[in-house]
Amino acid sequence: MKQIDSATLNQWYVIQSCTDLTQTRPRHTRLLGSDILAERLDDGGLSVWLLSATGEQMRQLPVRECYDYVWTTMGAPEGEVFSMPEFYEEGRRMVVCGIATVQTSPGRIIENFLDMSHFPFVHIDVLGAEPETEVNNYKVNLRKDVNELWATECGFYQPKAMASATEGIEVDYQYRVANPFAAILYKTCPGRDDAMDLVGILPQPLDETNCDIHYFMLVFDDVNSDQELIQFQQGILMQDRIILENQRPRELPLERGAEITIRADAASIQYRRWIKDMGIGFGTL
Amino acid sequence: MIKLYDYILSGSCYKVRLMLNILNVEYEAVPVDFYPGLEHKKPDFLALNPLGQLPVLTDDELILRDAQSILLYLVSKYDAANTWFPEDAATRGQVAMWTAFGGDEIMAASAARLHDVLNYPFDIDQQRKSAHAAFLILDDHIAEQEIKGFDWLAGTSPTIADIACFPYVSLSEDGGISREEYPAIERWLRRVMDVPGFIDMPGVLQHWRS
Ligand SMILES: [Fe+2]
Repeated sequence: MKQIDSATLNQWYVIQSCTDLTQTRPRHTRLLGSDILAERLDDGGLSVWLLSATGEQMRQLPVRECYDYVWTTMGAPEGEVFSMPEFYEEGRRMVVCGIATVQTSPGRIIENFLDMSHFPFVHIDVLGAEPETEVNNYKVNLRKDVNELWATECGFYQPKAMASATEGIEVDYQYRVANPFAAILYKTCPGRDDAMDLVGILPQPLDETNCDIHYFMLVFDDVNSDQELIQFQQGILMQDRIILENQRPRELPLERGAEITIRADAASIQYRRWIKDMGIGFGTL
Repeated sequence: MIKLYDYILSGSCYKVRLMLNILNVEYEAVPVDFYPGLEHKKPDFLALNPLGQLPVLTDDELILRDAQSILLYLVSKYDAANTWFPEDAATRGQVAMWTAFGGDEIMAASAARLHDVLNYPFDIDQQRKSAHAAFLILDDHIAEQEIKGFDWLAGTSPTIADIACFPYVSLSEDGGISREEYPAIERWLRRVMDVPGFIDMPGVLQHWRS
């Protein structure tokens, strides 16, 4: 296996939700091609071990509990887990939607998440519908101060933008790629002009072309139960899973011209450039 | 009022949703947090179905589990023309047989999907092998039906057998089961999708297009 670049090693990755990691349910999983074991201790704390090929505990990995998730890293991140102040806002509900296992690279997952043009064809009659397939011109910018990629002013007609929506609305979108492998969507909150709902995807790269996608919603919603919100989001993710698993190569091509993008997509181009400049080699070509 | 205890990604729940929609029956869907909440293994749900499985359908006092049994109940109650479970004895026997096939042999494809999507600890090779064995039998059967001039698994029109078998066959690629080798199945899937009242579930039409 090729050497893992330090940019990839030095990121925080979600490996489980806090509530699903209990003393009776440790998580034996993989991260960046290595076996790891996450355990809840008697005192409620956590330990995450890097395991050898034969299952011995080799070294303890750093661990954080943040936003109802357990995070770890294989390297030495410069900072803490990215900030998400909305998590602490009064009245918002954090809804952890579970894990979806997808055979693709983390870069492909983020890129698909940023791509609005697939909505009318993939999330038919939910996030998009023909003939209203127009994606408004949106702005992509790299925020150098925080090293995050943002796409703003994305407007789109959606027949059923959220679980609670009963009619189609023009939806405002913003995308935030908070680190190379973590992305958050901010979208118009039905019935609240002053707030946006969040949908986040946090791929845990098992290896270069296999991921467990952890995903959540962080919403103001007095109408839907958690069950309804979870099922809505899981349905969307299953549709994405199919596109993702059909993409070849499974790695994200970063060399210019390596893949002819039929729909030249600004967010996608910027995302690829950004992680290339950062030195991300893992899961890319 | 009919209530369906439902999970959007369950092919078995989808059988019931599909049938309800085709028969144009109004119902209330009660979403169950099958994953990650494992609500179907908790006391409230176990009181409805001690087997801890979805779907469950209630109609006032009546509580039914098992998708195939629910299909039978729905057509018995709402299909006045008796086309979905025809009266002719031989046809009825065949419909029952292929309906059971949808609840038994085809479920290997569901297990493979649960393994691939939700990490269920199944022997994936074994489940895929079993699913392929079932698909081969199904493909041969459909081809024979077509030679006789029939489009459906039993009888001369769509029945609950087609509804019972459709979901996990059409979703097989979620579990890494390709249908390239089963051209008759592909033709039959397309016919089911053309049935008036057909509805999609996440994945079904996507797989078809890609
Ligand atoms: Fe999507």
